[in-house]
Amino acid sequence: MTSRSALLMAPALAWLTGLMVVPCALVLALAFFRRGIYGGIEYTFTLENFGMVLNPLYAGIFLNSARIAGTATVIAVIIGYAAAYAIAASPRRLQPVFLFFAVLPFWSNYLIRTYAWIVLLNREGLVTQLLRWLGYEGEPPALLYTEGAVITGLVYNYLPFVVLACYAPLSRLNPELAEASRDLGATALTTFRRIVLPLTLPGIAAGAVFVFVLSIGNFVTPALLGGGRFQMIGNLVYDQFLTANDWPFGAALSMALIAIMLLLLTLQAFAAERASSRVVVREDAT
Amino acid sequence: MKTLLSIDAVSKNFGRVVAIDDVSLAIRENEFFALLGPSGCGKTTLLRMLAGFETPSGGKILLDGKDISNVPPNRRPVNLMFQSYALFPHMTVRANIAYGLEMERLPAEKIRGRVDEMLATTQLAALADRKPEQLSGGQRQRVALARALVKRPRLLLLDEPLGALDKKLRATMQIELKRLQHEVGITFVIVTHDQEEALVMADRMAVLRDGRLLQCDTPHEVYERPADRFVADFIGVMNFCQGRLDASGVGMPDGSCIRGRLPEGAAAGASATAAVRPERILLRPTGDVDNRAAGTVEALAYHGLDLQLHLRTDLSERPFLVRVTADAADRQPLAVGDRVEIGWSAADTRIFKD
Ligand SMILES: Nc1ncnc2c1ncn2[C@@H]1O[C@H](COP(=O)(O)OP(=O)(O)O)[C@@H](O)[C@H]1O
Ligand SMILES: [Mg+2]
Repeated sequence: MTSRSALLMAPALAWLTGLMVVPCALVLALAFFRRGIYGGIEYTFTLENFGMVLNPLYAGIFLNSARIAGTATVIAVIIGYAAAYAIAASPRRLQPVFLFFAVLPFWSNYLIRTYAWIVLLNREGLVTQLLRWLGYEGEPPALLYTEGAVITGLVYNYLPFVVLACYAPLSRLNPELAEASRDLGATALTTFRRIVLPLTLPGIAAGAVFVFVLSIGNFVTPALLGGGRFQMIGNLVYDQFLTANDWPFGAALSMALIAIMLLLLTLQAFAAERASSRVVVREDAT
Repeated sequence: MKTLLSIDAVSKNFGRVVAIDDVSLAIRENEFFALLGPSGCGKTTLLRMLAGFETPSGGKILLDGKDISNVPPNRRPVNLMFQSYALFPHMTVRANIAYGLEMERLPAEKIRGRVDEMLATTQLAALADRKPEQLSGGQRQRVALARALVKRPRLLLLDEPLGALDKKLRATMQIELKRLQHEVGITFVIVTHDQEEALVMADRMAVLRDGRLLQCDTPHEVYERPADRFVADFIGVMNFCQGRLDASGVGMPDGSCIRGRLPEGAAAGASATAAVRPERILLRPTGDVDNRAAGTVEALAYHGLDLQLHLRTDLSERPFLVRVTADAADRQPLAVGDRVEIGWSAADTRIFKD
């Protein structure tokens, strides 16, 4: 590396070191200490925090989080892919407009967007009122503080990522490929399954990993829409640091979570790399 | 020969754009048919209607006497080779070719057999396991052809199949395509904007302009007896002299007359154009010729086999083109600035009403 490029990279490196590497290293170090009897930290080396992560109680919360995040991911991918497909199939000049509306929620605050769902799903919220208006007369349905509410919130918040990630390969797909498939005798459904879907899979994978990684570590949505009844890892970590005052255990949980995320992101990066790597074209004599 | 495909008064418009305007054509069994016309004249639109990707705004398309205008593309015994080839990038050459047969739900070993056979016919066997991105332009073109041919369609449509290839490869592939068509015995309809390509390959050809059919005949007839001035200009090289019709030909502004066969319903005095091909013009004619003129050599273009003479005359604004064989040029050397006499017969003169 020349001194010049080192100089240019310095701010970015400093930023990464100060805000990513150092805090992560601190949290990692924390995970190897013992919790003090009255909270605080006792500086003796131990592995029992990691042992506790594997305790069925906590492992169960991990699995539960993965299940909720997985469900949100599947739903977001189905809706997001369908939306991206519809946008890519609309007239060229309207596509930027539709995309703009798809990402519009991003311009508002995450908390506000989540509170909006509370207003909608409340006991006498807008959804219940709508049902009443349609003639429903029974007890108001329990919508808020359910797993469904948490999943709805996660899907809603991360849907734009999926739309954008799927739109990119869909809009680049040569429409003549689908026509060629039809021409060779395939039905519309077979054409989708064998041509369109495989060629846009990298976009789906990118969107899915994004939603899953962001969902599994989320603690705001489960706290607000799940009403604290649905413990996800994010909430557990939050509790360890701010309520239970067990920082070492919270740190160990964080590390486990980060490990899962890194693994997924790495796998996705590898898959994307493999999909986009182009073999050098060989010009043989024809 | 039996008619395979009838295009019966077909029109197609996209909003206000009329892409195909009342075209009627009959394509015969086992024929190599070319659709020729300048870019934007509606060739691709017509082909897409035959393949089933567009429905005609008017008229009917009949295959073996049955109206197929509203049959979807996957149920037509017709295959299209796309201008962009449209090979499936995530599949190998073999999988691309097998795809169409899998859609017919043929047994696996039968598919294998027919794919192998087609790989051999198109000399692709060595490349069977490559992906399209690992192939050269010419190889991709052969895969696209193989993928369509392996279905054994009643009709194969080819949209500018050689457009993406360089000139030399194109000449080879023209002969190759014609050989292949003969071998497989399938009717080919090929679209091209290259008149030379149509002349070389086609049994019969149709010339289109602005969505309308101008002429449909054998290449020889279209070349020798073009239906109108546009066709005459579009196919090959032609010299035009504009004037007014009189009793025996076209009267020139300078008072001379170019003799030729008068078009039907010719009214004396009407504006008309006389046309003659460069290869029909004699240099320094001896004896009796119907039409004579003189001009100054403006340029000489050497083409290997022959020499193209650009002659400044009083007959037209554009220089007169005269083809001289290399042999004749050797016998009578020419130089820029020379004054030469030319002549040609009335039988070789076409006259078009303007
Ligand atoms: N899908 C379409 N929508 C609107 N206009 C079209 C469409 N397809 C073709 N056209 C128009 O129809 C005319 C003929 O086009 P095309 O068949 O592609 O010509 P060619 O293949 O001879 O170059 C052109 O003016 C083109 O702009
Ligand atoms: Mg075209």
